[in-house]
Amino acid sequence: MSRGLGGSVFDGLKFRKVSSPIHNLDPRMKFVYVIAIFVAAILFNAIIPLAILFVTQLPFVLLARVQRQWLRSLRGAAFLALFIFVINVASSFLTHGYRLLAMDWENAAAMTMRFVVLVESFSVFFLTTSPDHLGLALEQSHVPYEFSFAFTTAVRFVPVLAEEAQTIMDAQKARGLELEKGNFMKRIRNYVPVLIPLIVSAIRRSLELAEAMESRAWGATKKRTNLYALKLHKGDYALLAIIILILAVTAYSFLFVHVPTVRSLFGFA
Amino acid sequence: MLIIENLHFSYSSNIEALKGVSLTVKDGEFVAIMGQNGAGKTTLVKHFNGLLKPTSGRVLVDGVETTKTSVAALARTVGFVFQNPDHQLFSETVEEEIAFALKNFGYASDVIEKRVEWGVNLLGIAQYRKTSPFMLSGGERKRVALASVLAWDPKMLVLDEPTIGQDHQQKENLRQFIMQLQSQGKTVVIVTHDVEFVAECNPRVVLMREGQIAADGEGKEILTNKKVLEESSIVLPQIAQVFSQLNDPDLPKDVIDIYEAKKLLLKKLGVVTE
Amino acid sequence: MALIEIKRLTYTYPGATQPSISDVSLTVNKGEFVLITGPSGCGKTTLCRTFNGLIPQFYQGELKGEIRVADLDAAKHPTYEMAKHVGLVFQNPENQLFALSVEKDVAFGLENLGNSREEMRKRVDWALELTGITDLRERSPHEMSGGQQQRVAIAAVLAMQPEIIVLDEPTSFLDPLSAQKIFDVIHSLNKNLGITVILVEHRLDLTAKYADHIIIMDQGKVRFDGDTRAVLSNEETRLIGVGIPKATLLFEMLQREGANLPETTPLSSEELAKMFKEALNR
Repeated sequence: MSRGLGGSVFDGLKFRKVSSPIHNLDPRMKFVYVIAIFVAAILFNAIIPLAILFVTQLPFVLLARVQRQWLRSLRGAAFLALFIFVINVASSFLTHGYRLLAMDWENAAAMTMRFVVLVESFSVFFLTTSPDHLGLALEQSHVPYEFSFAFTTAVRFVPVLAEEAQTIMDAQKARGLELEKGNFMKRIRNYVPVLIPLIVSAIRRSLELAEAMESRAWGATKKRTNLYALKLHKGDYALLAIIILILAVTAYSFLFVHVPTVRSLFGFA
Repeated sequence: MLIIENLHFSYSSNIEALKGVSLTVKDGEFVAIMGQNGAGKTTLVKHFNGLLKPTSGRVLVDGVETTKTSVAALARTVGFVFQNPDHQLFSETVEEEIAFALKNFGYASDVIEKRVEWGVNLLGIAQYRKTSPFMLSGGERKRVALASVLAWDPKMLVLDEPTIGQDHQQKENLRQFIMQLQSQGKTVVIVTHDVEFVAECNPRVVLMREGQIAADGEGKEILTNKKVLEESSIVLPQIAQVFSQLNDPDLPKDVIDIYEAKKLLLKKLGVVTE
Repeated sequence: MALIEIKRLTYTYPGATQPSISDVSLTVNKGEFVLITGPSGCGKTTLCRTFNGLIPQFYQGELKGEIRVADLDAAKHPTYEMAKHVGLVFQNPENQLFALSVEKDVAFGLENLGNSREEMRKRVDWALELTGITDLRERSPHEMSGGQQQRVAIAAVLAMQPEIIVLDEPTSFLDPLSAQKIFDVIHSLNKNLGITVILVEHRLDLTAKYADHIIIMDQGKVRFDGDTRAVLSNEETRLIGVGIPKATLLFEMLQREGANLPETTPLSSEELAKMFKEALNR
């Protein structure tokens, strides 16, 4: 079922069940961390601070033991990153009178790095946070229960629906349906016998789920309790300290420090 | 004629679902493939119409290797009725549903019309021709699914768990319908764990366990072999259970028919019958 | 003591031209194991849903007659109230599990009812043990077999500690061995905890032996209602097309041909075998 070396950006977003200190951190704190990185990445325009930001996240990736999947997500994002780089270079080219200065290359690299930093942090977040942990975080963050319930139920049924889609395709192929044949329009029409049973089945399923929910006292009280409780531990406070540190350094650098550009370090204009 | 030679199949690199299955099904045979969930029954039959291709070994349908042809081509010979009819139904009317495969196979429209007519009459759903299949009851939808597969008159019919959710009368109807198909020369393969139904039909039984064939023979023999059934996590049919529990040296153990049981027990009791 | 009292209940689904159940009257006493059976479309599934108020509250439609469950008017009391007294287990195991772990699913009803965490922990542990799935507590639903999933559904209902558990064809999708495990669980809940069980089933050969009370329905009406042995030995039941256990049919055939067997109708192969051996020894 693994796609081997191919990899895609989605591989970097699927939760991996591994026991690591990062996995055990409170998802809410991890999310605050992602936001902090996001803010820092937005504030900086220059390549050096962004590169530093990239490097600061590496210890987390290693601690979480998700290097391989994380690398896969980067590989998947590589195409988009290249695209961003090219767009930036191209627009600088056009706006600076059809020539490229050292600063244009550096800016393009900075924008690309910013994208990579964002992908990197989101990837670590999703790789180390299980869907139920996420659902729990949503519940305890005073998001209305209907939303977190819809989220966890959707995640729970994704593999079920995927299997069902496969079964339906098999059933229709066994009646002579050829999904790969034909021009573009024909191929889209060929999916109707797959989509309709899938949709009808999803509707039927929802009805049965609703019946089961009603039968288990859904809506009994407004004050729903929870079997689990997310509690902040030492690790979470350590992460909080790191977040504060990152934000403080970011604010200080942004306001007071003149960040050297790479080109000036190398003696370019 | 279906020939399977040393079939091995793995879904992914580490789980081997079929570990060397060899089987021959002659034209006109009636075979029940039984076994626990996970024994590999459905995996096996999906090779019959090419939905799955062997990891190693060969599957030949009427002399053609399944790896050398498409599912659509094989489907003309092997009709597959899936467990849940709702996985097939999508058309606006029953007619269109039955015509679907016929259109896929490129039949002319007058032929399609005749076959649809034949199909609805065969399954007793003529009154629903213009009805939406979604409006029908569960049993009726099963019949639409069956009609839509029989419409192109495949030589072999594979039914995956056809007795699930069916009441006593529906199962009896199904049994008689299969007999009818048999008398028309069709090869019928059913995948099931319903021992009582199989006992009533008394077909050839192929028992699977952990990806291999554990037993292959006459229904009566296999369904009364307590040891073999237990190893495959299957329960004896109730009549056979009675004889197994009586454990009487005068009484045979391979009884699955209720009338035969009656005669034997009356004889044992010394009751005189005409 | 009557736990369920139904008087002349008639129900028509919205948009339907005919009622699905008509003029149904029955009584279920505390601690009974009731088997409800009948051909497809006889109304047994509809009847199940009246026990906890899904009909008419969730399904709308027209309900006439009276239904009292645990001394509450099931038609009027909100379903979430009825859920404390009547648990419903449905046919498809997959569509009754919403959470990503067994524990959380079993606690779902309790969370809805606002139980304290300690209370929930206790009840979840208790329910998991009674259904024999304590070792599955951290599994996600997709990793389990149908039989295991169904036991989770039963545990989830059990955790709310209802007086009555209703199961609507719970083993339809299960193989015979998993089905047997489910019946064993239900049987022990009835025998050891005194929970009133209402089981809707086609497979009488597997279940008739557990029930003291059987109700046979056909075309929306109750045709037979009484002691299991008495009803199943009544030859008129053969006309309805329910799957009378083969052992029972065989017994009848033997009796008709003059075999000298005791009067009690057997409901399982064990009973018939035992009866036969005794007759031989005489």
